[in-house]
Amino acid sequence: MSWSGKILRVNLTKGTCQSEPLNMAWAKEYLGSRGLASKYLVEEIDPKVDPLSPDNKIIWATGPLTGTMASTGGRYTVVTKGPLTGAIACSNSGGYWGAELKMAGWDMIIFEGKSPKPVYLFIQDDNAQLLDASSLWGQSVWETEPSIKAKHQDPQIRVSCIGKAGENQVLFASVVNDLHRAAGRSGVGAVMGSKNLKAIAVRGTKGVGNLKDPKGFMKATAAAKAVLAGHAVTGQGLPTYGTQVLMNVINEVGALPTRNHKDVQFEGAKDISAEAMATPRETDGKPHLVTNQACFGCTIACGRISKIDETHFSIQNRPQYINASGGLEYEAAWALGAANGVNDLEALQFANMVCNEEGMDPISFGATIGAVMEMYEMGVLKKEQLGIEAPFGSAKALCYFAEITAKGEGFGKEIGLGSAKLTKKYGQPDLSMSVKGQEFPAYDGRVVQGIGLAYATSNRGACHLRGYTIASEVLGIPVKTEPTETNGKPELVKAFQDATAAFDSAGICIFTSFAWTLADVAPQVQAACGEEFTVENLNTIGERIWNMERDFNNRAGFTSKDDNLPKRLMTEPAKTGPGKGTVSGLDKMLPEYYKVRGWDSEGRLNSETRKRLGL
Amino acid sequence: MGLVISFCLCECDSASQKLTKLRVFTDPRGSYLFLAWLVLNIDQYKQNYHLHDGDSLMQKSLLINADKCTGCLQCEMACSYENYGVFNTAKSRIKVFDFHTTGKKVPYTCTQCDEAWCLKACPVDAIRIDANTGAKVVIEDVCVGCKVCTISCPFGTINYVQDSGKVQKCDLCGGDPACATSCPTGAITYVDADWTGLDRMRAWADKLGNQPAA
Repeated sequence: MSWSGKILRVNLTKGTCQSEPLNMAWAKEYLGSRGLASKYLVEEIDPKVDPLSPDNKIIWATGPLTGTMASTGGRYTVVTKGPLTGAIACSNSGGYWGAELKMAGWDMIIFEGKSPKPVYLFIQDDNAQLLDASSLWGQSVWETEPSIKAKHQDPQIRVSCIGKAGENQVLFASVVNDLHRAAGRSGVGAVMGSKNLKAIAVRGTKGVGNLKDPKGFMKATAAAKAVLAGHAVTGQGLPTYGTQVLMNVINEVGALPTRNHKDVQFEGAKDISAEAMATPRETDGKPHLVTNQACFGCTIACGRISKIDETHFSIQNRPQYINASGGLEYEAAWALGAANGVNDLEALQFANMVCNEEGMDPISFGATIGAVMEMYEMGVLKKEQLGIEAPFGSAKALCYFAEITAKGEGFGKEIGLGSAKLTKKYGQPDLSMSVKGQEFPAYDGRVVQGIGLAYATSNRGACHLRGYTIASEVLGIPVKTEPTETNGKPELVKAFQDATAAFDSAGICIFTSFAWTLADVAPQVQAACGEEFTVENLNTIGERIWNMERDFNNRAGFTSKDDNLPKRLMTEPAKTGPGKGTVSGLDKMLPEYYKVRGWDSEGRLNSETRKRLGL
Repeated sequence: MGLVISFCLCECDSASQKLTKLRVFTDPRGSYLFLAWLVLNIDQYKQNYHLHDGDSLMQKSLLINADKCTGCLQCEMACSYENYGVFNTAKSRIKVFDFHTTGKKVPYTCTQCDEAWCLKACPVDAIRIDANTGAKVVIEDVCVGCKVCTISCPFGTINYVQDSGKVQKCDLCGGDPACATSCPTGAITYVDADWTGLDRMRAWADKLGNQPAA
């Protein structure tokens, strides 16, 4: 039935690895990956637990479609209580690692406790063991993966690990697999570091074979792949330009947050866009972009592989950055670029590479630098403190901060707190462009009203991947809605949030949803798992997951006051662009959203909602 | 009691009538199996070894264009599903190599050599030629898992499988390769074996003769 039916429980305190059967009743209600792992988490930990304490747990989970021929069926999620936010954290990654875990015969791995010394988990099919990682501790992601492969003399091992940022418990540290794919957000890498867990190395040779209806599955996946191939976004835009196709589009609609959200359009957008990446450079006649790359099973292939200009200041005497590697994706290009007013494409890719190399979320890192630069310009932070002059637009400062943050040196330690804690420390809490402590992604929430509401209500803090209403509000998918309009947005946000939870929990990539609806997903899940996973049921599963996450956050201490946006988005109107003069209409949308959700005025689940969803 | 049956089998090239192959079987298992098979399939055996005589079918080849490969591994899953009924890249007979530092992804599998080293090295004649496709096919019932073919193949495309105790290699799926069908970008195609260079020729022809003069 496409689940392996088996989970691995690792007690790091005791050093034990135990296999246990998957709770199939929960699998039917929460599907897999994000939903199912979150169910395990909320059942097993105290919502008020300190995220970086041994009492927190951290789960790596695949979905029922992970490791199959379903397009994009290679995703896995890392679920824990996040240290950046204190809310439930669920970070999703592609690459090849998730499929490898599934092919080794495991649906998920639950880590509990804390190891007395650095360890890594090594899985070969049914065999799992904790091995000494003292020689790996202090290594970057780019060093750890080859070290493990060399040690076991097996180049086919896949590795999911942390770099120095995770070890140093940078609050936005990520977990990186396959060198440049990351479970990026909410600081899941810091939790891994807090447990002295360096890596999970997997070699799977058992495969995924227990599908409900294999022939039907092949037919359903082939039909769904044809839909992706025939769609303008998934068939042409994303493979050709990557997510970076958005840079000029979002800038033109006046929703590209610039210089810590002071502006909504960036004059340097064209210099850091997909088009710029494809244009030959003056110095060497070669374009920045080398090629595109797919994750496991993906027939879209939006990933970017790029090479930095060898003459660029950032990589002089740093040979590890000369080769091609992952990036730039739109979110990273925005956070490292527009958010700081930096239009130096090569510098952005350097900072992005450091984020991959040492395991940091480029969104939260870049957005935190935006706050640092604003405080520098205000005179709150000084050159002596920072170690460099850091006005908006300084590529040198960006590159410098990337290195010191990853390594935990000097002011880098403070940057590693994230913008919310950092700005509070210096008496400027309104300068943190975040919700629940997590920094905004690359769309302005005051101009595009729906995404603002999606940020404010996202269960893991500000995030575009919890309800990507940009699809509707900017791209017109599935229907066009007016960005600056607030009416109807609560319903739109709920629909996106619920469907997204179902996509995530199936083990596929949310980017398929540019072309697919749940009507395309359901036949694939049905053939893999059983007839009961109809469109309607998947929607209910998505809604159940959303409410379960919300309920956990409420019990962790979050209230309606935390469903907010920074003062800047509520009171400083957009200065330019089609949305000029607008501020967020969150105050109008939020009460309506609670009603649509079946929550009380404090944003808590009412008894009817609990009953309806079985919570 | 310690009985070892040995026999020699001579093969002749049909055109030159020169001796091209001498096989000595010392493994009783292989010999018996082969003899039994030979009695039953003598016509097919003759046909297989005279592939280039008479009216053979037009052969096709897998044509791999690495520039189009995105590294999605749909081909590896399709291969394992075709042959084992599971999605299992570890069992795939085609492998995609990801050269991270250059960004290149390169699918690689058996080229079905005409003078196949694996076939010639096999001491039990477990590798035969599919008369329709020209594929060199491992007959699992005959293979004894000695791995000599894996040593002899210059390209590494025939490999041992622990689970079965046999070797496996690409058999072109009997003429409808699943890897080519599943490839979303056209990096793997199945084309006329005599014209694998046609696309490149066309591109040059276009460049040199079809574009307006500068």
